[in-house]
Amino acid sequence: MENVQPLLEIRGLHKHFGSVEVLKGVDLTLRRGEVVSIIGSSGSGKTTLLRCVNLLEEFQDGDIVLDGETIGYSIVNGRRHRLRDRELSRQRSMTGMVFQSFNLFPHLTAAGNVMLGLRKVRRFGKEEARSIAERWLSRVGLASRSDHYPSQLSGGQQQRVAIARALAMDPKLVLLDEVTSALDPELVQEVLNTVKGIADDGATLLIVTHEMRFARDVSHRVVFMDQGQVVEDAPPAEIFGNSRSQRLAEFLRNTRT
Amino acid sequence: MQTFLDQVWIARWPLWDGFLLTIEIAISAIVLGTVVGCICGIQLLFGPAISRLLFRLYVDVMRGTPVLVLILAAFYIPSVVGISLNATQAGILALSLFAGAHIGELLRGALQAIPPGQAEAARSIGLTFPQTLTYVLLPQALRSALPPWINTGVELIKGSSLLSIIGVGELLLKTQEVIGRTFMTIEFYIFAGLLYLAANISLDQLGKMIERRVQGR
Repeated sequence: MENVQPLLEIRGLHKHFGSVEVLKGVDLTLRRGEVVSIIGSSGSGKTTLLRCVNLLEEFQDGDIVLDGETIGYSIVNGRRHRLRDRELSRQRSMTGMVFQSFNLFPHLTAAGNVMLGLRKVRRFGKEEARSIAERWLSRVGLASRSDHYPSQLSGGQQQRVAIARALAMDPKLVLLDEVTSALDPELVQEVLNTVKGIADDGATLLIVTHEMRFARDVSHRVVFMDQGQVVEDAPPAEIFGNSRSQRLAEFLRNTRT
Repeated sequence: MQTFLDQVWIARWPLWDGFLLTIEIAISAIVLGTVVGCICGIQLLFGPAISRLLFRLYVDVMRGTPVLVLILAAFYIPSVVGISLNATQAGILALSLFAGAHIGELLRGALQAIPPGQAEAARSIGLTFPQTLTYVLLPQALRSALPPWINTGVELIKGSSLLSIIGVGELLLKTQEVIGRTFMTIEFYIFAGLLYLAANISLDQLGKMIERRVQGR
């Protein structure tokens, strides 16, 4: 097992917005098929970390290596250069991202949302893209909704379409950014069950969540972030058992009201 | 009344030609103006600094100048630099540039109003920037820009009457020629006014029809 290359390796990641340092040297490693949840209070940098991995944010120092490929930047004559749009797009398509606010394309049907990337990025023909989309929509329990527009779907259904849209691209890694935070309480469970389902299928997931019970149930490891740093990185039993750091203990006390 | 209708009948072909030319001018200007406006709107928002500056300048000059002055400028300036345009071409040029600036500005607004999450979602599935623009941003922007775009079309139909000043034989000039012969001033101006109104109402209805089509979802 020791020479198995990690799927994702984040080393010394630094990110600042102007003078505000958001990530202060983050290290994180994911193996293939692993499910890792990141918890922490708002402003701890969890979401920013995911957005860096999806190359939606630039970062100032450190490396992100995905499946052996350093993404986002190249080093030429000792200087870091952001890669070009085309190259960034190719690398982004290796990860799938599911957003807190769904971000479905309102002018496309559920199937259209899932098909867009399959057609334009993966270059599938229309028929093939359609059948892949249908397969994923039925995987998230929305086979009968494939011709509905986002405005005709509930929040939970929209988020499941967004999950299908990300998964259909067959990404190496799926990033889930507080996927239930914008949902009405009664719709949370259907989305969590869907995520649980794809985790059981063996997908590699990096999850930012406020659902502590879900994080404990679904994750192989839980990472606690505070003020731009990884404070704890351990199996859920340890994290939610006798917390080692005082900051984690405090955070968990405040979330379990 | 009978004599007026007789005169209308006698003048039917010149008036019809004028009406057709008005419609042709308006359609040419909206088509060219939309092409210019799409380039302009995209450059205003996503272009490099120099391009943003130039298009901003263009938009402000066009919007700050009376259309009549634009028409006179388009009529006289090209000949100075050795380009020969006839009156109709000069008029279409002026109206297209005017429309291009307006459409550019309203497209910029429509693009800017799209939540940033849309572009992020598109990029995150691996679409390049041009693909994001083509398949995600523009379809949404064009939809919300449709009502003001129709308004610009209405402005162009009305604005085409100004081309009579430089001698383009559109509806207003033809009407004035008929009045010069018949001295039925009020009757023929009202008649021309009704034709403009009919054209504008038709355009408006067309716009509403398209709107219902794309928003009935």
